[in-house]
Amino acid sequence: MSTLIPAPTPNPEHSTSHADQHADQHAAPQANMQATSRRRLLQAGAAGTVLAGAPFAINIVRAQGAPIKIGFPTPLTGAFSAEAQDQVRAAELAVKEFNDGGGFNGRKVELLVRDDKLNPGEAASRTLELIEKDKVDFIVGSLSAATQLSINAVTRERKVIFNSISQSDAINEAKDWSPYTFHEALNPHMTAGAVARYAFPKYGKKVVYLTADYAYGHEMVRGFERAGKALGATTLADIRHPLGAADYSAFLPRIQALKPDILVLCNFGRDLVNSAKQATDFGLKESTRLVAPVLLFTSRVAGGADAFEGVVGGTSYYWGMEDSIPAAKAFNDKFRRAYGGAVPSDYGALGYAGVRSVLQAVVNAKSTDSDKVADALGRLEYNWYKGNQFYRKCDHQSVQSIIIVESKSKGMKDKNDVFSVASIEAPSESNLRSCSELGHKG
Amino acid sequence: MVELTPQLLGLQLVTGVALGAIYALLAVGLSLIFGMLTVVNFAHGAFFMVGAFLGIYFQTLTGSFALSLVITPLVVGSVGMLAERFLVRPLYGRGIDYPLLLTFGLSYVLIELMRVLFGIEGLPSSTPAMLRGSVDLGIGRFPLYRLVLIGATAAVVLGLWLMIEKTRFGLIIRAGSRDPEIVRVLGVDVARVWLLVFGLGTAIAGLSGVLAAPTRAVNPEMGITVLAESFVVTVVGGMGSLMGAVVAGLLVGVVFSMTSLLAPEFAELSIFVLMALVLLVRPQGLFGKAGLMG
Repeated sequence: MSTLIPAPTPNPEHSTSHADQHADQHAAPQANMQATSRRRLLQAGAAGTVLAGAPFAINIVRAQGAPIKIGFPTPLTGAFSAEAQDQVRAAELAVKEFNDGGGFNGRKVELLVRDDKLNPGEAASRTLELIEKDKVDFIVGSLSAATQLSINAVTRERKVIFNSISQSDAINEAKDWSPYTFHEALNPHMTAGAVARYAFPKYGKKVVYLTADYAYGHEMVRGFERAGKALGATTLADIRHPLGAADYSAFLPRIQALKPDILVLCNFGRDLVNSAKQATDFGLKESTRLVAPVLLFTSRVAGGADAFEGVVGGTSYYWGMEDSIPAAKAFNDKFRRAYGGAVPSDYGALGYAGVRSVLQAVVNAKSTDSDKVADALGRLEYNWYKGNQFYRKCDHQSVQSIIIVESKSKGMKDKNDVFSVASIEAPSESNLRSCSELGHKG
Repeated sequence: MVELTPQLLGLQLVTGVALGAIYALLAVGLSLIFGMLTVVNFAHGAFFMVGAFLGIYFQTLTGSFALSLVITPLVVGSVGMLAERFLVRPLYGRGIDYPLLLTFGLSYVLIELMRVLFGIEGLPSSTPAMLRGSVDLGIGRFPLYRLVLIGATAAVVLGLWLMIEKTRFGLIIRAGSRDPEIVRVLGVDVARVWLLVFGLGTAIAGLSGVLAAPTRAVNPEMGITVLAESFVVTVVGGMGSLMGAVVAGLLVGVVFSMTSLLAPEFAELSIFVLMALVLLVRPQGLFGKAGLMG
């Protein structure tokens, strides 16, 4: 099995410079043949040393108009590197699309990818570096609740727009928020609510939660219980397990004895794979439906058909939506063309949307000034890959559809055909916590 | 809250024994290497992980779980022997720290190697078709595969015990762990024995990996947590004692399991509390020989 991106850790500093490839198309006419051939020599030198040559590229491009820089911190190394790398790929697709379309007044976009190692301290350092040293105009990124809060703390202070592309309930709250904070991704409240609204009426009212003992797990349980209360669901138990636990067998006899209708696996990534596998082994599926708030494409592929058979969960995007949603088909096809037939994952799509929204706001605002772009972004209505979306005024949460998928184990057309779309919950502000609850005035 | 019926307690106990089986197997390998070579093998978790990956690989290649159960430990053991011959051997006689650091570094190399060969996400693993499903034990449903695992561990431990007690090679191992100097004086090629013992220890780690793979996610980092647990078991049982590794493995498994039921927040902590208590009362471990570390 090989990875799509070479496995040895990618360079933590990775600068994509589309600018120098287009430099000669936009070269101002040179009166002087000697200057043209000297430029050609410089370009050849820059092309040859492009990895170390970011400064060269900028020097050449300065003649046309400084590039618009977007900083992209994401955990390229660590447990979620697969998702992070997909975010990068999709973001680069958005940048290339924009540049191929002419850029902004001839200015091209550059994506500066940095590895935050899934560590809040590292994320803050990288973000500060991107703003102070690399002088980025905007920040898009993050893949965890903790890192996005620390990134936001930096961007908020420096008045730089940050469009977060991973889940967090806290980032919408007034105490962490600023007018430059935008949240492209779903949050636990929305996701858990949508899954609860689908699963509880369908499978039963007695619920047990097997929860990863950290902020994400707790937020998910809170979201489920809230939605569940309206539907008459009862919590039989909320069993906490340490983050990263490999063995869940110790919890399963107790869960079996409780005889729930639904077992909600409130964990993520590898924890979800392990708990789903082991719950399957213990024969829990005979009497209980397994539900997960977030069912990642990569987790399902890593865990295999057996472990995830019959598991129902939520997601922000699944490529299989292309059958019913034209925007999804268009996005998938773009991705396939760019990456040799590969399909975008859930977090990949967020990487694309996060960058594209910001760039569209730049065009709409006719400026790269933070305040003007923030204003334009706040007013943006868009449909990049799955249907209509917009940012809610009080907290800049992207109001969007939530997809409920069920894992497939039979009739799979190819290795990517792992889910069937069970339901799509339409975008609605009522899925979000109210502005006043989050502490926003007005 | 769930009521603590005898059935639930019984089922939880069986779960603990199944957990303990993997711990025991890992500790046996670790103890063997330490007892004989006085090498603390920090790469033990990595060999476990390599075993899990190769187990899936060979199973896919040959279509047979049984065959991969035989091939994988042999391959992992060979890797172990290569490591002993070319990496660990030059460090003998320099104290306990050097091989420890070396095996620590070796674990990083093995993890990266698996990442390069099989990707960073790991491989999907599934229980072999015949061993799937759960069994009604009368006290509740329990995975068939985990019962098989208990049986397999018992078989391996028995086989190992027979080898150590009843064969000439086993005699050399027992003598060598007590006094390598005399054994050398008596004309035994101790270097070759150590090579084989290291190979055996790592082969057992690889075997545990193959056996454990169907029960959990197989990814390059899976050996890291397992290593800490194996050390706890080895210390509780006594470094160098086969009986100790088995008894301690089962004990740790049961303690973890019962704590998970009765006081789940303390489950992770419970095995370290157990280790601390044992070290306070009997520092050489339950079955260890006093002064082994001296």
